[in-house]
Amino acid sequence: MTPRLSRRAVLAGAALLAAPSAVRAQSQARLLVIGGGFGGASAAGFARRRFPWLDVTLVEPKARFVTCPYGNLVIGGTKTLDAITHGYDGLRARGVRVVHDWAAGIDAAARRVRLQGGETLGYDRLILSPGIALRWGALEGYDEAAAEVMPHAWVPGDGAQTLLLRRQLEAMPDGGVVGMAIPANPFRCPPGPYERISMIAGYLKRHKPRSKILAFDAKDAFSKQGLFQDGWNALYPGLIEWVPANRDGRITRVDARDRVLESEFGEKHRVAVANVIPPQSAARIAIDAGLADASGWVPVNPVTFESRAAPGIHVVGDANIPGPMPKSGYIANSTAKQAVASAAASLRGEAPPSALYYNTCYSHVGDDYGISIVGIFRPNAEGTAIVEVPGSGGVSPRGNLPEQRRLEATYADAWYDSITRDMFG
Amino acid sequence: MRFVAALLAAFAMSAPAAAQAPLAAEGCYGCHGPGGTGAGGIPALAGRDAAELRAAMIAFRANERPGTIMGRVARGYTEAEIAAVADHFARLPR
Repeated sequence: MTPRLSRRAVLAGAALLAAPSAVRAQSQARLLVIGGGFGGASAAGFARRRFPWLDVTLVEPKARFVTCPYGNLVIGGTKTLDAITHGYDGLRARGVRVVHDWAAGIDAAARRVRLQGGETLGYDRLILSPGIALRWGALEGYDEAAAEVMPHAWVPGDGAQTLLLRRQLEAMPDGGVVGMAIPANPFRCPPGPYERISMIAGYLKRHKPRSKILAFDAKDAFSKQGLFQDGWNALYPGLIEWVPANRDGRITRVDARDRVLESEFGEKHRVAVANVIPPQSAARIAIDAGLADASGWVPVNPVTFESRAAPGIHVVGDANIPGPMPKSGYIANSTAKQAVASAAASLRGEAPPSALYYNTCYSHVGDDYGISIVGIFRPNAEGTAIVEVPGSGGVSPRGNLPEQRRLEATYADAWYDSITRDMFG
Repeated sequence: MRFVAALLAAFAMSAPAAAQAPLAAEGCYGCHGPGGTGAGGIPALAGRDAAELRAAMIAFRANERPGTIMGRVARGYTEAEIAAVADHFARLPR
């Protein structure tokens, strides 16, 4: 008997003895997943792998998914878009019903989701992983039309925004200034803007050495700051100027026609290429369903990731309020698995499993130069908040450590390979 | 008979403990590959000796084994979780 067979037999047998009526309910239990990214794809695949008695449907409008991680390497020119694009055949092979449609609305009371194509899907438990919305207009002058001139490249969609920023960098003459506007917390992928600065700097150093980057930030500090700045000084001296909020770095208005970034105190910076990362909120479906609070993000139970407003709807990924955890792909993957295990437990009338959330975020700073932040988190004893395990986690050590940087760059690539196989494989 | 024995063993464990080990191990999959089969330069965990895996994690936790990120990771796990995760990977096929 293989280990896989015996485990399944034990599960089936245990359930049979424990509650015959629960077995009937289980065989029909419908888990509906909205969103096919790091939260949703992880949830759907994990559900079929660990709880094969669940009937799993995934709703995702796009036939192909472009990841946010490694998008900065496409912008810098060292990866192709194709290398970060994934399909859903692997999830279909695991028994997930994949529906390429847009989830138009949630009826939480009736436990139904309406699709734009006309179909209505009922569920027993919903995993909602809708991602973020860009808050158009939160920066004066930055709307969807402006984004065609000053790309955000922060919600990849089909990759058009990523490629637009790449093409603009390629077309820019040597000596041109690249301007970036970086938002205040919270936002998707806290180290992302700084990895992007690094990857663009790498491209400029190779191809446009007279150019520079002016990065305007609405914050005074950022993720892995010391490590990034050490790397910038070592690899790209004089090429990057980071302007924090306390030096008038907060951009409040943009002019797409002239590619101008205007600061809080009225300083106007005209640049050759502008990358504007605007303020964000939970995606619209979460807000329309009444799940978000005044912050624009969704409060959740720290153990089950159920919405505080609508139990039965587990909200994972960047749309929720994750306490001290970052809005990262790995946290989306980790919390999605806990949410699915909690949903499955609830369908069987059991208590949710005790939770452990893990995050490793690698960032590329240059060729063979990677850095990381690690976080291990748990709910507190009361189950009212999530806390980082004392003494664990933290960032890579600082100092002249070329072998550590080289290994972490290698491990970053292995992480991408592993987690995308876990999601889509 | 073997099935019955396995069933009894399953009942002997508390439900949360039984569910906990594989969920903690999921944290390893994101870098060490789904099922712990390894990826790129990151070593495989599946099919390794449980005592060896446990000893490595305990050493990482105590900063007694050089590593890039594993010390930071290992200090987030309890000894019981480390033991459960090591047993989990030892049972998986290489």
